[in-house]
Amino acid sequence: MGKTLYQKVWEAHTVGALPDGRTQLFIATHYVHEVTSPQAFAMLRENGLPVLHPERTFATVDHIIPTDNQQEPFADERAQKMISALRSNCREAGIRFFDLSSGQQGIVHMIGPELGISQPGMTIVCGDSHTATHGALGAVAMGIGSTQVRDVLATQTLALSPLKVRQVRVDGSLRPGVTAKDVALHIIGRLGAQGGLGYAYEFAGSVVEQMDMDGRLTLCNLAIEGAARCGYVNPDETTFAYLKGRPYAPKGADWDAAVERWKSFASDVDAVYDDIVRIEAADIEPTVTWGTSPDMSIGISAALPELSQAKNDEQKRAWEAAYKYMKFVPGEQIKGKKVDVVFIGSCTNGRMQDFRAVAPLLKGQHVAPGVRALAVPGSQMTAKQSEEEGIADIFRQAGFEWRLPGCSMCLAMNPDKLVGDQLCASTSNRNFKGRQGSPTGRTLLMSPLMAAATAITGNVSDPREVFHDTQF
Amino acid sequence: MPATLHPITKITGKVVPVPGANMDTDRIIPARFLKCVTFDELAGKMFYDERFHADGSSKGHLIDDPQHVGASILIGGENFGCGSSREHAPQAIKRSGIRAVVAESFAEIFFGNSSGIGLPCVCANAADLAIINAKLAVHPETEWELDLQTMQLTDGATVFALHMPAEPREAFLTGRWDAVTELMNAPARVEELARTLPAPFYTPSNHAD
Repeated sequence: MGKTLYQKVWEAHTVGALPDGRTQLFIATHYVHEVTSPQAFAMLRENGLPVLHPERTFATVDHIIPTDNQQEPFADERAQKMISALRSNCREAGIRFFDLSSGQQGIVHMIGPELGISQPGMTIVCGDSHTATHGALGAVAMGIGSTQVRDVLATQTLALSPLKVRQVRVDGSLRPGVTAKDVALHIIGRLGAQGGLGYAYEFAGSVVEQMDMDGRLTLCNLAIEGAARCGYVNPDETTFAYLKGRPYAPKGADWDAAVERWKSFASDVDAVYDDIVRIEAADIEPTVTWGTSPDMSIGISAALPELSQAKNDEQKRAWEAAYKYMKFVPGEQIKGKKVDVVFIGSCTNGRMQDFRAVAPLLKGQHVAPGVRALAVPGSQMTAKQSEEEGIADIFRQAGFEWRLPGCSMCLAMNPDKLVGDQLCASTSNRNFKGRQGSPTGRTLLMSPLMAAATAITGNVSDPREVFHDTQF
Repeated sequence: MPATLHPITKITGKVVPVPGANMDTDRIIPARFLKCVTFDELAGKMFYDERFHADGSSKGHLIDDPQHVGASILIGGENFGCGSSREHAPQAIKRSGIRAVVAESFAEIFFGNSSGIGLPCVCANAADLAIINAKLAVHPETEWELDLQTMQLTDGATVFALHMPAEPREAFLTGRWDAVTELMNAPARVEELARTLPAPFYTPSNHAD
């Protein structure tokens, strides 16, 4: 009987069984950032514990940094305190810190893959739920809390119980204008925000096989929004081509050996899954969320659902609350809703291919009057590349504020926030109440293509209509 | 390192409902409260924006209802604690006096974070939760008892069955819920894996390949 990648990675990293029955799992790669690590370092200090394997932990700063002016000290004293704490914690422990001056700073889920630190067959953790992103490289990657960050720093291991594995197959061909983001929102909409509880998701099928690495990173990033703690794609030639030559990827003869090893982690053809879900690519439309949970989404052409369509009372109550918060009415069209802010960025859609896909569409176009549009590259490497390719200038000329790298308005821990009940077309990952920094702010999750179309018209728009001359 | 074990078996006290599916950790503790380098400031801040208007006035949430104030047990819905991995969420709940959460289901990361800080997350089925919430609506002042040994929740009149995976339950009952001590017991095997499993290592890209 064959094994899944999840099972193989789990077995390869198992230290043993703990007295309570959980597995002690070795962690190959650990990332830390400024928000969820200072408490862990403090716990180590309190107990006089050293960092056991500092060479396996990598740090960056992303959540709290301003994206307009990164001159220190920051205007926000608390933000300054957090970056300073991370700096001294890393220095003390001998942890590599991709600081603002490094040219390699960025959102942790951007730089791990970009630097080639995240590799197939690894267990990867970080005190951040979107750690699922790194599964795109063929790794078992998941978010943890600060006490577990302490456990990893102190022991390079975690106490965990294995997840079940659900293969999510997307077969067929995506329609024009449909992106990895739409695929992810469609899957979450179909299986529910709680649908992945207890599962790791293996994304497979012809659509995933043909997807580029940035698309796979987007797809795995959103696994957690469907409650799957980790999502992954089996490593293949796309994975190896992506990693080759990256700073932390093996080189020379080591490279060939690594590729052979990586291939061995891919799920066997006769692997047995706990569940299989099949999605037909042709059923996926450019998708947008309308409510306060990522599973409240519709195709751009559809009307908002009637309460009578709710599958049970619980969902009906959730929809009622969401409609009240979003100030929308069942049955109306989402297309045409006037937006106040457009945000292109985040660990979901702040990558090179996201900006490359949008830039040509923005040429000769301009952001609609009254709309504030932010483009925030996810890392310094992506920012630099965007400058070199002329992409940053296209965004600027189109009326976008082209910002410095960071998490920015995805969770608004820096000054980039919605005001009042502003409606934001956002390429980020969560439409939770208050997520973008205003307790009454409203978020519509969508792809970069739809966000660009929406920025230009000022209303929620179908990119296929706005960019009708474009061959997607 | 916790030198002594702290078994958790019974939790007694008042109960407060926070109903609704997919209660995300942004709602449990909004991101602006995460700007801290310790968890000390989180006491009393749980569900802040659910409870208070921007001007600080009360929205009349049940948590602030005098009859529920001081509750030890919190009742949630499906996929409680979803979203962000911020441990600030269970920390805010625990530091606000809650000693256990009962819900239909829990998001994995929230469950793990809560277990690690000694805050049991226990499941009850939806029908029972509806009855429990109905009882609370009539008698918010009742003292309840949650027993991890018998896996039961009772108000003295009715007994409701609870569920929890065997491993974390064992960890609570034996007091081994803070795993770090256990994780230090196999250093040889950990070092063996550290030697054999490749670590990401910087190599200049001008290396011939």
